[in-house]
Amino acid sequence: MRKISVFPETVLSIGPVHITNTVITTWFVMAVIITVCYFAKRDLSLRPSVFQEVLEAIFEAIEKTIKDVLPVDPWLVVPVLGTLWILIGFSNLAGLIPGLTTPTADLNTTFAFAVISYSMTHVFGIATQGIKGYLSHYKEPTWMLLPFHLIAEATRTVALAVRLFGNMLSGEMIAVILLGIAGLLVPIPFSLLHIVIGLIQAYIFGVLTLVFIAGGIRTKP
Amino acid sequence: MDSLTIIISVSIIAAGLAIAIGGYGPARSLGEALSKALEAIARQPEASAQIMRTVFVGMALIESIAIYAFVIALIILFANPLIGYIVK
Repeated sequence: MRKISVFPETVLSIGPVHITNTVITTWFVMAVIITVCYFAKRDLSLRPSVFQEVLEAIFEAIEKTIKDVLPVDPWLVVPVLGTLWILIGFSNLAGLIPGLTTPTADLNTTFAFAVISYSMTHVFGIATQGIKGYLSHYKEPTWMLLPFHLIAEATRTVALAVRLFGNMLSGEMIAVILLGIAGLLVPIPFSLLHIVIGLIQAYIFGVLTLVFIAGGIRTKP
Repeated sequence: MDSLTIIISVSIIAAGLAIAIGGYGPARSLGEALSKALEAIARQPEASAQIMRTVFVGMALIESIAIYAFVIALIILFANPLIGYIVK
């Protein structure tokens, strides 16, 4: 039975670099995504196969979601945010394969994702309206509210990381605890729920990042 | 009772209370949000896609409060900072 652990276990260490099981699972997930993309890219055609149809449907869903929220050209954000979405989605589901731990049930991974999302907000804000225009939204409506803007920046990034971490970890812990209590068939419905929660949390992570980016962009009327 | 026993037993009670009280509020508000959303969809079925998206994001934000309570309970149970004062 898998142990309940909040911290990742170090599998091997090369000098000062410790390679944990989280990192290995992330490499595995990346390899799976790259392989799928390689095979998808190899035989593209105007008469799509079923495989290509499915991938195009996913892609169009991502683009449409971004287009609905963002006030500017969605192709500014689609490559980065789509990658983040797909990577988090695959990572959340990776724990269902026996022997692998969920990479997003580790606070280090989710904080890395949250820092990426935090930087995206500023980079896209500055890219669309310049440094001066972007910084001026901190003094709205008055200068008095500047500290609250800064606090909000920090807390929403931490909240983004902790939300994903807590959801994924709780799903794993419930499965392990139920396995200790009831044995064979009882944990299965909870695992099914865990699949749904993993996909929803990946969606929510992306949508919140998108909403933050859209809040930083603010097109001029 | 030595002080380590006191800290450990208080920690267990505190973790249980944290998740119990911290789960109560979000559970009620999640139910309220969902029932309001269903009302809105029943009144305006054509706007259901937009309502569902907003509800998912809103429910995730509400749920994150319960998740904070859960994380604090985990810190108390697995990474208790107070035991370091006793066990040198």
